Amino acid sequence: MTRNPKDVSRRQDRSESARAVILSRRAVLGLAGGAGAALMLGPLLDRGVVLAADNVKKGGQIVVALSQEPTVFNPVRPHIEVDHGVHFGLFDSLWRVDERAQFIPDLATEVPSARNGGIQKGGLEYTIKLRRGVKWHDGQPFTAKDVKFTHDLILNPKFGAYTKIGHDVVSSVEILDEHTVRVRLRESFAPFLTSWGDTYIVPAHILEGVADPNTAEFNTKSPVGTGPFKFASRVAGDHLVLRANESYHGGSPPLERVIFKYIPDLTVLYTQFKTGAVDVTGLQGISAEFYGEAKGLPGVTVHQHATPSVEYIYFNHGKPQFKEIAVRQALYAALDKRAIIDQIYYGIHKPVEGYLPATSWAYNADLPKQEYNPEKAKQILEESGWKVGADGIRAKGGVRLAFTNSTTAGNKLREQTQALVQQNWRAIGVDMQINNMPAAVVWGEYYVKSKYDSLLVGIQATIGDDPDCLNRIHSKYIPAETGSGRNVMQYKNPQVDKLLEDGVREVDRAKRRPLYLKLQEVIRADLPYLPLFSYVRLEGVKQGIVNYKPNSNTLTNSWNMAEWGWKA
Amino acid sequence: MHRYLLRRIFQALVVLVLVSLVGFAVLHLAPGGPAAIYAMTPTMSAEDLDRLTRELGLDRPVPEQYVRWVGGVLTGNWGRSYRDGRLVREIVVDRIPATMVLMVSAFSVALALGLFTGIVSAVRQYSLFDHLLTFGSMVALSIPTFWLGLMAIYVFAVLLGVLPPGNMGTIGADFSLADRLRHLLLPAATLGVVMVATWSRYTRASMLEVIQEDYIRTARAKGVAAGAVILKHALKNALIPLITLAGLQLPLVFSGALVTETVFTWPGMGRLFVDSIGYRDYPVLMGLLMLTALLVVVGNLLTDLIYAAVDPRVRLA
Repeated sequence: MTRNPKDVSRRQDRSESARAVILSRRAVLGLAGGAGAALMLGPLLDRGVVLAADNVKKGGQIVVALSQEPTVFNPVRPHIEVDHGVHFGLFDSLWRVDERAQFIPDLATEVPSARNGGIQKGGLEYTIKLRRGVKWHDGQPFTAKDVKFTHDLILNPKFGAYTKIGHDVVSSVEILDEHTVRVRLRESFAPFLTSWGDTYIVPAHILEGVADPNTAEFNTKSPVGTGPFKFASRVAGDHLVLRANESYHGGSPPLERVIFKYIPDLTVLYTQFKTGAVDVTGLQGISAEFYGEAKGLPGVTVHQHATPSVEYIYFNHGKPQFKEIAVRQALYAALDKRAIIDQIYYGIHKPVEGYLPATSWAYNADLPKQEYNPEKAKQILEESGWKVGADGIRAKGGVRLAFTNSTTAGNKLREQTQALVQQNWRAIGVDMQINNMPAAVVWGEYYVKSKYDSLLVGIQATIGDDPDCLNRIHSKYIPAETGSGRNVMQYKNPQVDKLLEDGVREVDRAKRRPLYLKLQEVIRADLPYLPLFSYVRLEGVKQGIVNYKPNSNTLTNSWNMAEWGWKA
Repeated sequence: MHRYLLRRIFQALVVLVLVSLVGFAVLHLAPGGPAAIYAMTPTMSAEDLDRLTRELGLDRPVPEQYVRWVGGVLTGNWGRSYRDGRLVREIVVDRIPATMVLMVSAFSVALALGLFTGIVSAVRQYSLFDHLLTFGSMVALSIPTFWLGLMAIYVFAVLLGVLPPGNMGTIGADFSLADRLRHLLLPAATLGVVMVATWSRYTRASMLEVIQEDYIRTARAKGVAAGAVILKHALKNALIPLITLAGLQLPLVFSGALVTETVFTWPGMGRLFVDSIGYRDYPVLMGLLMLTALLVVVGNLLTDLIYAAVDPRVRLA
């Protein structure tokens, strides 16, 4: 019997790449001139940035698999996450946020700050200096006009913009010269840098002339940006090809092209990754149930990537059951979080107590940890007068501790979570009924107009790296009351309101941080919602791909695809 | 004949209007809406969601939206997708080739195999072959396509590694016929298995009926060779009822296979339909619905006309 030739060659590949790593390490150690220097270099090496230039091969392609299809290529039109992943390649914003939550200048030459004079009048005026010599994919020069045009387009009442956040606070955008703009704000708005860092600049010379920018071919067929990749081709329902922009202002990207391949079914997506048909599992990544197997696959790396999304049990504070803090505390104490994470989610996700990811600069690491203690839960309810009735369910003043919980129907892991929570709460005399619906139903009016009792929901409360979550929890932002905001819990707490307002007004990060630490403390104590865990995404990447850097401050990991490449 | 045609076309129009009315009402009255896909987006505010709903005209009463839609359709404008703003006509037309390649391949294989096995099992009724085939057809008809597809991928792509696990071609490679055929094999076979079973059962039943006829006995009596009796005399007549089956399956060729296209990541119409439901993309869904309805109507009409053409006993009046 001969051995399978495939196996042999695969093994050789592996040992060769292993040798390459050792060699390059040794080369670096030699260059650094001794073990002491190497130790200092250690942390830098881990980041993989320092060696990038010599290590990356020029050319090649990477296939990214997505479980939804990107179809909207105008970054200021309404779009979903997968579209955004493509925008990262085609377009640039003024500055981007990197994996360490630092802004890095992109189309601007520096990030405005009080120190460099870019932020003046206590955060009411921003002066932005633009990079010179940047060209659009069609060869036209990029200027201050494009920045002003993008802002004006977003605010144009006839244009269906993605979001006006960060633009509706602006009173004027003034072109000082070809490469300088001045933005004046009506009121101080600390998340300004984040909002504008997420605003991709579109070309004035193309969109100015079109009859209706809502339906321009630019939006779906012929986007033109300044980004590292140009739009090459698309097969509807199947894939999308981006080609390297050789005259990119950040230097021509190593890859010749990036292909976004649409694979709707997550099991099929994983299978295709396993068989080598795709190189990277984007966005949704690898489903938890495949983690055990995926770790052992030859020739791939599985990244565990913390995301800013937290899984919560959301209460509707408009319902009488949830008005009392004692009830919320008891429900939290009766929750077996560890079992949910370990038994249902294969131990992948991380327990949290607040709304911020541990990578945030405003993360409060000292919040009290939840403990599973059903006896304490019962005691809290007894003491606050919630007595068990004849039907075994607690009640007080005519209000029974019975309610429904809803989430997307068909999401098996969430359905299992609900079953577990239902048992946990039944044990302390609380009756939770499961009432799931299709995504388009449960996240429609039912959610936005607060018609639910409680929800099992994954939410990113912040935008980008900014800790502000005013929209989600401030009492003036209850859409059922005012038609504005995202506080669908209908939660009202004056102390929380005050901290949020102060936090948005203060532009100095050092002074902002304590406000958000306090905010997390207050929320943890009052429990408007119950945080279960923060999502960890499993991303499969073929070995040999370099500079793949998970970034929990961006929506998708294609944020730095200008640097992606194959090991030389 | 002409009057018959006119009457049928008029009937078809009435059917299409009814389909559009019911389809539109069901889609719009079902709970949920297109804005839900943005509900979880951190960067969109409630005002943004409201604004979008207004821009799509979804805040208007449903009858008004219907009238506007019909007005558009009458002038050849099927509207624009809520998801990306492209013209519905373009979106649908883009997907037809992929679906047709898959369906026509599956259909041809199914037709050839189905006719052959159907004839053999009719001629050799109650033989071992017939029993095996009956059993096989029942199994094929009862296995969910989803499972069959995944098993095919598991065996041929994962275990044996001889065929690709899906897609229309090697990702990133230029088009080549050999590559396309390799990728076509599994999905077409998966889809074909079910179709073969259907065609085989119908052919068998129809052949059995014809073989009992007097004219077959006559043909045999006058000494026509056994093969010629079956192929020339029996098959010709047995095929007539199968025209109905072909007419029924015609819309499928265009509307695609929801499940097979999903499992094999085939970018056809079935996939488009599933995605559009997820996004509650009403204009695209209405376009697909009307196209399918039109094909059903045309399929039926063609069936009747062909019947009259091949069977002189049938008169259209």
